[in-house]
Amino acid sequence: MSKILSSKWTKVFLFIASLAPLAYVVSRAFQNNLTANPIEYITHFTGDWTIRYLMFTLAITPLRNLLNQPKLTRFRRMLGLFAYFYGCLHFLIWSVLDKQLDPHVMWEDILKRWYITVGMAALLGLTPLAITSTAGWVRRLGYKRWQKLHRIVYGCAALGVIHYWLLVKSDIRLPLMYGAILTALLVYRWVVSMRKQPPAPKRVPVGVVR
Amino acid sequence: MIIRHSPDLRYSDVTPKQVYLNRRRFLAASGVAGLALPFAARAAKLSTTKSSNLGGNEKVTSKEIVSGYNNYYEFGTGKQDPAENAPKWKVPSPWTVQIGGEVMKPKTFDLDAIMKLAPVEERIYRHRCVEAWSIVVPWIGFSLNNLLKQVEPTAKAKFVQFDTYYDPKIMLSPREAGIPFPYKEGLRLDEAMHNLTLLGMGMYGETLPNQNGAPLRLVIPWKYGFKSIKSVNKITFVETQPKTDWAAYAPGEYGFYSNVNPKRDHPRWTQAKERRLGEGFLGRGIEKDTVMFNGYGDQVAGMYTGMDLMKNY
Repeated sequence: MSKILSSKWTKVFLFIASLAPLAYVVSRAFQNNLTANPIEYITHFTGDWTIRYLMFTLAITPLRNLLNQPKLTRFRRMLGLFAYFYGCLHFLIWSVLDKQLDPHVMWEDILKRWYITVGMAALLGLTPLAITSTAGWVRRLGYKRWQKLHRIVYGCAALGVIHYWLLVKSDIRLPLMYGAILTALLVYRWVVSMRKQPPAPKRVPVGVVR
Repeated sequence: MIIRHSPDLRYSDVTPKQVYLNRRRFLAASGVAGLALPFAARAAKLSTTKSSNLGGNEKVTSKEIVSGYNNYYEFGTGKQDPAENAPKWKVPSPWTVQIGGEVMKPKTFDLDAIMKLAPVEERIYRHRCVEAWSIVVPWIGFSLNNLLKQVEPTAKAKFVQFDTYYDPKIMLSPREAGIPFPYKEGLRLDEAMHNLTLLGMGMYGETLPNQNGAPLRLVIPWKYGFKSIKSVNKITFVETQPKTDWAAYAPGEYGFYSNVNPKRDHPRWTQAKERRLGEGFLGRGIEKDTVMFNGYGDQVAGMYTGMDLMKNY
């Protein structure tokens, strides 16, 4: 297991596999098979993959601990960057194909439509994380600060789920599922961090004179 | 001289017996009768006495799009789900429509009897979904008032409520879909009696595909698509405004009237524009300005004079 996880080829394979959704939707486009409403279809398709990759990324740390496979961490950055990649495609489809890059229309949408406000916030939040994902940036910031910065991803994932929840009409099963997965992943971290905390120092009641 | 085609087509006539018997024999012989083949969904030709283009100068949307992209939550909440799941449904035969409530003569009609009430005609209508997409469809049917006047509404009848057939064994549960079933819709009496309100039995020269509301649906071209209820099996005349599905689910988003209105935005998206499906480069759809009452204002605006349509959305 650990041999597979440390192999260079696993990473290459994961990279190619992560491009498969894109390849799939492009091949459907060439077959003129993007449903009756192609823009809506590819918007939803890329949105789905963004949220899936966010979940994959956030699942790495708990899996690493539970399976005792520290090597899993090697894949976390790539998964996170793929979440950002699909998120950017999602944004580009909305801005270029749906809104024809009309700044007025886009701005009005961002202000008036809650789900767009929330989605934009999530993508903007991921941007500094994508930029500082390199080893150089970890060094420049120092690991502690870098780690603190990258906790923004929890908020972004939560915004992503809310974004999805706000835009469905009545069938909330899928946003509910992502909400449940995210909650489990975050509760796991919370429990671990509570355990790690050193016991609180004994308090001396105020006003007691010794 | 007026030549009238006799409207004596019976619903059971539209699929020639020979054809369906052969199909059954074929299924039995090949041992796949247990498979959910979409034999119930096979369309049959429907002849019409006349055709009127009420869609203006606009191109009729392809049948593939109209029957492949649907909202029919009983068969799934994704746009492609109904086209995949609804054909497996075997439409009950004979199809009956129970009409009651505030009427002098409550009665249950079967589809054959309904088909005889008036000449079946083709009408091309624009169809605008509340989700801001639109299509142009050649429907087949006749004005709903031909059926409604059969039961003689009483003076108390102010609204008409419609129910969609519901079978929990093959359809989604209300919990899964998020809205109550059986699906309910409603119209004010004058809207229901309006000539444009179509009782539809077919489209594109054939009977309705299941995902489009077989065997009997409403088409109300000046209202958002969800008002045009599918697979109707119950009609009730009532005194007070009925609790319709979407208006009850999210009253701030979907009103009882739901007239197409470019000025009144859905809280989550604009209603000023619509995407006409199937047109434009590679069929990506073209953006169009939405028109008040979907362009049928000349015929219907009179019903709403003095009403604040921003409040009564």
